[in-house]
Amino acid sequence: MRSGSNLEKVLEDGRFAVTAEIGPPRSADPEPIRKHARDMKGSADAFNLTDNQTAIVRLSSIASGVVCLQEGIEPVIQMTCRDRNRIAMQSDVLGASALGIRNVLCISGDHQVFGNQKEAKNVYDVDPVQQLMMFRKMRDEAQVWGGDKLEEAPKLFLGAAANPFADPFEYRVRRLSKKINAGADFVQTQAIYDMDRFERWMAQARELGLHEKAHIIAGVMPLRSHKAAMYMKNKVSGMIVPDAVVDRLRTAADPKAEGVKLCVEQIEHLMSIEGVHGVHIMAVAWEEIVPRIVRDAGLLPRPSVREAIVHPYHS
Amino acid sequence: MIIAEQKGIEELIGILEGHKDILVVGCRSCVAICLAGGEKEVGVLSEALRLHSDMRSKGWNISEVTLERACEKEWAYELDQLVEGKDCVISLACGVGAQVIQELFPDVRVVPGLNTSNMGAPEEQGVYNEKCGGCGDCVLHLTGGICPIARCAKSLLNGPCGGSQEGKCEIDPEVPCAWDQIYHSLEKLGRLELMDVPIPPKDWGPSRSGGPRKMVRSEAILTDEQNRMKGGKR
Amino acid sequence: MRIIALVCSFCGYASADMAGVTGQSYPASVVPVRMPCTGRLDVSHILSAFRNGADAVMVVGCLEGNCNYQYGNIEARKRVEQARGILAQLGIDGERVEMFNIASNQGWRFAEAVKEMEGRVLRLGPGPVRR
Ligand code: SF4
Ligand code: SF4
Repeated sequence: MRSGSNLEKVLEDGRFAVTAEIGPPRSADPEPIRKHARDMKGSADAFNLTDNQTAIVRLSSIASGVVCLQEGIEPVIQMTCRDRNRIAMQSDVLGASALGIRNVLCISGDHQVFGNQKEAKNVYDVDPVQQLMMFRKMRDEAQVWGGDKLEEAPKLFLGAAANPFADPFEYRVRRLSKKINAGADFVQTQAIYDMDRFERWMAQARELGLHEKAHIIAGVMPLRSHKAAMYMKNKVSGMIVPDAVVDRLRTAADPKAEGVKLCVEQIEHLMSIEGVHGVHIMAVAWEEIVPRIVRDAGLLPRPSVREAIVHPYHS
Repeated sequence: MIIAEQKGIEELIGILEGHKDILVVGCRSCVAICLAGGEKEVGVLSEALRLHSDMRSKGWNISEVTLERACEKEWAYELDQLVEGKDCVISLACGVGAQVIQELFPDVRVVPGLNTSNMGAPEEQGVYNEKCGGCGDCVLHLTGGICPIARCAKSLLNGPCGGSQEGKCEIDPEVPCAWDQIYHSLEKLGRLELMDVPIPPKDWGPSRSGGPRKMVRSEAILTDEQNRMKGGKR
Repeated sequence: MRIIALVCSFCGYASADMAGVTGQSYPASVVPVRMPCTGRLDVSHILSAFRNGADAVMVVGCLEGNCNYQYGNIEARKRVEQARGILAQLGIDGERVEMFNIASNQGWRFAEAVKEMEGRVLRLGPGPVRR
């Protein structure tokens, strides 16, 4: 075990993992995170806390992760290369580990033009591949980048993001391979709507044996309406939403129920694909639907490989 | 070359508050090519300022001159007589030229007339693209001759981010994705395997992050004797 | 009132002349300034005209496609636009400057153009600098 995290255990046990996303609030109040944690507890093995997603200032991912620990759910903290240089990154990962956080997802981060701090200076001292190299060195060799010894290595289960829907398509799997070679233990993908393209991508990944080198967790995002689908299609970078999906929601009598049904079907499909080791549910601003989706997909109960999360904050 | 554009006249008028005898200085090098600070632009700006002065009875005396290369002392010294009696120089040279002029003439205030932007190239007349970020440790041999530092919005070194779609960068559908370009350039060069070679965290020491950079070519430095023969170091 | 007409040596000047020859009446406030081609026009010429007391500036070149130097009149139109941008920053209405394309035999159009500019000055008031 590299980190001893619940997510790592589930995946290493060969169980189909479930992760879900929690968007930290644009506020100093941790209550929304607590509420999501209580609502979703038991529905997933670990929960991603986004890091100032779309470059909008929010409660920090590490602090949100600690709130999750207090609520007895396991966090995956996301860390962008946009806002921290290598000094801050390594320091934050030591801090996160000290606070009991084990899962770290390394990402480049949405460019600041998308957010509410467009005038910001971005960092990009390292990119996500280099971030993984750095964190793996810290964990496996107890050394910071450059070689100085760490008295105590951080306990980390390292994640990378992959987007099968970005271009050039022929290169996407090789880019993932670079991330896995750099240290990614698990991979979470962009939300999948175009199953054909995802299958082609997975086939390439299997050809390179990537499904055996890292745990690939496929992303899904339930949609509440055809408007939400249109938004994803047109406004979110790096997304492909086929017209059939939009039409299905448009013509549905109860779009929300249809959205849930569609998501469950997608999960069932993904479970049947060789090399997919889990599903990552991103119910942005619709977190309360997660337990139902997980239940309908027949993924309950979650394996209790970790009896109770023991950490300094649990009251 | 250095790419720059003129500051708005309103902003300049604000900066000039309190000045009277003003010299507009242009440069015939990069900023003339990008139509920001050559002789023409010096003429137009000077005339615009005169017009404003006359409209508002400011009594500004505006004179104009365009140097061959404002960033070289030898050329910038040509201002010697011209700055006499001036209380302000508007530099239509790039930020480098403006500083060289200020260094040479410490008694007169030099204000920037340009916003100096980047190291780039004219794509066509009137269109200029950034090409190099001056990182001090060039990687173009690994990236198909396309700079990921300056041309990728995130300065990524190991391939395109998840926002790259149909050759465009996530920041703007008008902006090409540098990594998409790199991929296709390497493909044409038959060097696609370079896309698989991981590039470790970059040493930004030789870049601006390492502090202001100084380059010394000792073999090129003139001796005191040579300087005397040349007419003396000023 | 003073309207400066920057006219090219070909159609611009000839159309002003033709206006006189054919007995067109137009305001006496216009002062034609002859230049080889409107392609010689510089933004600073327009600015200078205003600085020297003009209320309006008109640039008169040949019809598009008929420039004696191929596209001098196209360039001139761009410079008029550029001048408008600078005038706006100085608080001067861009309508005070206009580009006209008039053929040498269209004296009546020259007269109309002058009237048009006079109308604008009457509407906008005197130019930015009185001399
Ligand atoms: S790699 Fe560095 S030196 Fe080379 S073009 Fe890019 S910024 Fe300039
Ligand atoms: S889309 Fe391409 S150019 Fe834009 S940030 Fe991503 S990799 Fe860089």
